[in-house]
Amino acid sequence: MSNAIIWVIMVPFLGSLVSIIWSRYASLIAIISNLAALIASTVILTQVYQSGPFIHELGGWQAGLGISLRADALSSILLVMSMTVISAATFYASTYFTDAAKRARFWPLWLMLTVALNALLLSGDLFNLYVTLELLGLSAVALTALSDNRAALQAAIRYLSIGLLGSLVFLAGVALVYAGYGTLDLAALAKVVQANPLSQVAFGLMTAGLLIKSALFPLHFWLPSAHASAPAPVSAALSALVVKVAVYILLRLWIDVFDLVLTPASAMLLGTLGAIAVIWGSWQALQAQRLKLMAAYSTVAQIGYLFIFLPLIVVLPEGTLQDAAFTALLLMALTHGFAKSAFFLSAGVIQQYCGHDRIAELGGTARALPLTIFVIALSGVALIGLPPSGSFLGKWYLISSSFHAGQWWWIPVIVVGSILATAYVFRILGHAFGPGESIGRVLNWGREEIPALMLALIATLILGFGSAELWDLVAQHGDTTGN
Amino acid sequence: MISTQLLYSLAGVGLFAIGLRATLLHHLLLPRLLALNVCGAGVFLIFIAVAYAGIEGMADPVPHALVLTGIVVAVSATAMALALGRRLESKESETMKSEAMKDE
Amino acid sequence: MDFFDNLPLLILLSSLLPGMAIFLVREENHVLRTSLNLFGAVTKLALVGLMIWGVYHEWVSEMRWQIAPGLELVLHADALSVVFVTLSTVLWLVTTIYAIGYLEHSPHRSRFFGFFSLCVTATVGLALAGNLFTFVIFYELLTLATYPLVAHKGTPEAVRGARVYLTYTLGGGVLLLIGVVWLHTIAGPIDFQERGVLSGLTDLDPWTLRWIFLFMIIGLGVKAALFPFHGWLPKAMVAPAPVSALLHAVAVVKAGAFGIIRVVYDVFGVEYAAALGLLPFLGAIAAFTIVYGSVKALSQDHLKRRLAYSTISQVSYIALGTAILGPLATIGGVVHLVHQGVMKITLFFAAGNYAETLGIHHVSEMDGVGKRMPATTLAFSVAALGMIGIPPIAGFISKWYLGLGALQAGAGFWVIPVLVASSLLNAAYFLPILYRAWFKPAVVKWPAEKPQSGRWEMPGALMWPPVITAILALLFGLLAGAPFSPLEWATLIATREY
Repeated sequence: MSNAIIWVIMVPFLGSLVSIIWSRYASLIAIISNLAALIASTVILTQVYQSGPFIHELGGWQAGLGISLRADALSSILLVMSMTVISAATFYASTYFTDAAKRARFWPLWLMLTVALNALLLSGDLFNLYVTLELLGLSAVALTALSDNRAALQAAIRYLSIGLLGSLVFLAGVALVYAGYGTLDLAALAKVVQANPLSQVAFGLMTAGLLIKSALFPLHFWLPSAHASAPAPVSAALSALVVKVAVYILLRLWIDVFDLVLTPASAMLLGTLGAIAVIWGSWQALQAQRLKLMAAYSTVAQIGYLFIFLPLIVVLPEGTLQDAAFTALLLMALTHGFAKSAFFLSAGVIQQYCGHDRIAELGGTARALPLTIFVIALSGVALIGLPPSGSFLGKWYLISSSFHAGQWWWIPVIVVGSILATAYVFRILGHAFGPGESIGRVLNWGREEIPALMLALIATLILGFGSAELWDLVAQHGDTTGN
Repeated sequence: MISTQLLYSLAGVGLFAIGLRATLLHHLLLPRLLALNVCGAGVFLIFIAVAYAGIEGMADPVPHALVLTGIVVAVSATAMALALGRRLESKESETMKSEAMKDE
Repeated sequence: MDFFDNLPLLILLSSLLPGMAIFLVREENHVLRTSLNLFGAVTKLALVGLMIWGVYHEWVSEMRWQIAPGLELVLHADALSVVFVTLSTVLWLVTTIYAIGYLEHSPHRSRFFGFFSLCVTATVGLALAGNLFTFVIFYELLTLATYPLVAHKGTPEAVRGARVYLTYTLGGGVLLLIGVVWLHTIAGPIDFQERGVLSGLTDLDPWTLRWIFLFMIIGLGVKAALFPFHGWLPKAMVAPAPVSALLHAVAVVKAGAFGIIRVVYDVFGVEYAAALGLLPFLGAIAAFTIVYGSVKALSQDHLKRRLAYSTISQVSYIALGTAILGPLATIGGVVHLVHQGVMKITLFFAAGNYAETLGIHHVSEMDGVGKRMPATTLAFSVAALGMIGIPPIAGFISKWYLGLGALQAGAGFWVIPVLVASSLLNAAYFLPILYRAWFKPAVVKWPAEKPQSGRWEMPGALMWPPVITAILALLFGLLAGAPFSPLEWATLIATREY
């Protein structure tokens, strides 16, 4: 059933085109397209689970000249997460926009964002990665600017400029790789890349470009304003997915392609930046006055956790320990994706209900919006890393890997990060349970609150208790190149 | 004797560096955009240099395709940035006008 | 026996499912809510009775669930878990009745009882945990479930007190996590086993083990209110009386103490722990906390705060019993888990009654209260005398065994003075209250009196629970030799641990 790999990209694409023409039914078209793509992504995941990674060459043209799509454990899991989050956010977004003009522009862009995400995760060569990365960036910028106020426009312009810079730096690296090895196919490159000055420069450039895109400290400065001023469903997708796929590409390059080029020192550098990101991001989140700004800084911190895994994965010997660390990284990325998107969708509900999202004035929302506050509590539990969420397991293995690798200094960082996260999550809850007036706007709780609830439940319960298959999947079919 | 390939590659790197410096230094939108386009031109030049296969040989088509795609992306992104810039400007002049009217 | 293997899970579900259902019950529908509460409590009691029977006959009850490589969720019933589970279940039933009466006209009852049930679920899960991983999970879940209860009133002080509570307990939780993960790294997954697991593994570095022990004890000591991590307990007194009762007799403090018992006996093995030199360290902290808590209690006029410091002191008896090598001391520590629970909950119920019916919050306001509220004050007196250690109330049994155990281990020279000093201090801060209550003439006007309705001094739901628990305290002392008494169970546990 290798057609699923085509459908998952083409259906949202067609949906996007159709929704420009038939803007009246745009939300329905979007819901159908995204659900279809979700089904296709689960088909892909099942196939990978049963028979291992597979490749599909578009148009029958072989790799080298043609475009190949590749699905393996890492990409198919992220694909399913991405489609789940997008589908839930689509349901939410169908009632979010009140202005018809904005709604008409939102849907085509939203579907193109989906296309970009899926195509990126399934890309099998460097140039396809570049193109889909650009498509992703442009859609994301346009969606951010949709709020149409000064803050959003300024944030969008900055996001675009920085993103463009990152892409160009990445592209320079791609050029050097082609100059050195004559191919851009990931599988082929994994076999031939050696450690020489050319590869090292290319590696450095590509990493730098991707670090900008994944908002690692200190290149994170564009993220908070962009994620905070975008419309709520867009923020959910941005924090949960757009930033994640940049980390995904980085992982691919580090582990598959450039594994002979990278040094433990470079991994340690990224790990240290990640550690600073955890503390700095969590601290800024605690200081934030607005709910969405807090969530954006929290994303900066959580991305930092993912980078702390890098020096551990690089140093640990191949085998169960390294696999465990890698799977834990994946688990943390997944949990954060679901939890942060649930959080942003709930923040959107609160913002539309109260007219603002200032944390200090959230009093009374616990009475007025009990389900939403419950979702915020659930996703907060996942962000802090408490049981029974998936990130508790991720934290467990992070600490465990630190002990195994002898790099115990990451542990105090995790402790401080957890305590700060507790502080900012419970700050919100403290205010929400406080006294206050409840304004009487009627909620369409089916489409507004249930999607967020589903996402939060996945983050906190399913990934916590049911992640056993994940470990099997990664252990058996970890990477495509047999390294 | 410096080879053609090396010359163009170095030119590309030089353009990239100039563009990079300008991007980081300028805060206004338009200079920054121009600088980014210069960066892009530098990268494209590197690609073209890589494609060169001598006076007699046929140039490698793959980098050419990549450059064309890159140009399209750069143009689209520039257009979007300019559109956003204009929108922001109109928003800002709106607020200035309404503030001026309030003062009166 | 298949059903028996599922018993731990069923016991958990018997409060989890009603709890989740209660959240959805409308605020006004107290019939449904009360039925759900009582149904859950009674079912749990029945299931626990079954478990007691099974464990006594050495049937094995265990449930395992693989979460990740090397990490299994294990629910396991052994003698020690039975003691804690029974204590939690019985006291939960009693506290539920009390809470229904106490919160009669308060807002947000569905929320309260929902979290209440979750709290008990977490406690029971902790009791039934079969390995350190499961224990840590339920330990953190307990913190999450109790936070909303502490902050229930919603006033600024309640929120502040709850925040202090959260900081301490989550901080402790992280330290416990680090200790447990560290242990996993060097010794693999650790299932609780009588006589300890680590003594059987020979190639572990003693200093690493000592550091791990330190991390774990600090993490557990926060909840168990060992000095200097006790600061949250007095501040958590802002919670409604049923919450203080449950937290301080059963759930949170006991969870910490229970964890310490588990770590010393079932992870390290008490003889191995002694060989590593860990016990004197634990004993010193425990002894200091015992005396410190009692001294601070003397200076408190606010009744609940005085009881809070008394709790800090009394729970350390359990740690002290654990820290002395020898079966008699073990018996003393484990049995005090039950005895202190029953006595302290009586005291808190009584304090809640005084506040509810007469608006009394301070000891200085308690003159002559014995005539106005005889049943409550009688229960209070029984419990207070038990705390001091007067036979035949249960507290005497614990102190007796602790003293004997200390002599047996040759540690009498420092333990006996601590026991004597703390008993004297207990007398010093409890006897004056009793004197005031019974022998001083009543004040003309109570701070905030509720009119007496009906024959008894107050609504039944508020009056009977402390009476029941006081009777239990008396029975545990009088009938200590009977089968299935706490003392018998403690003896059973002690024989299996050496």
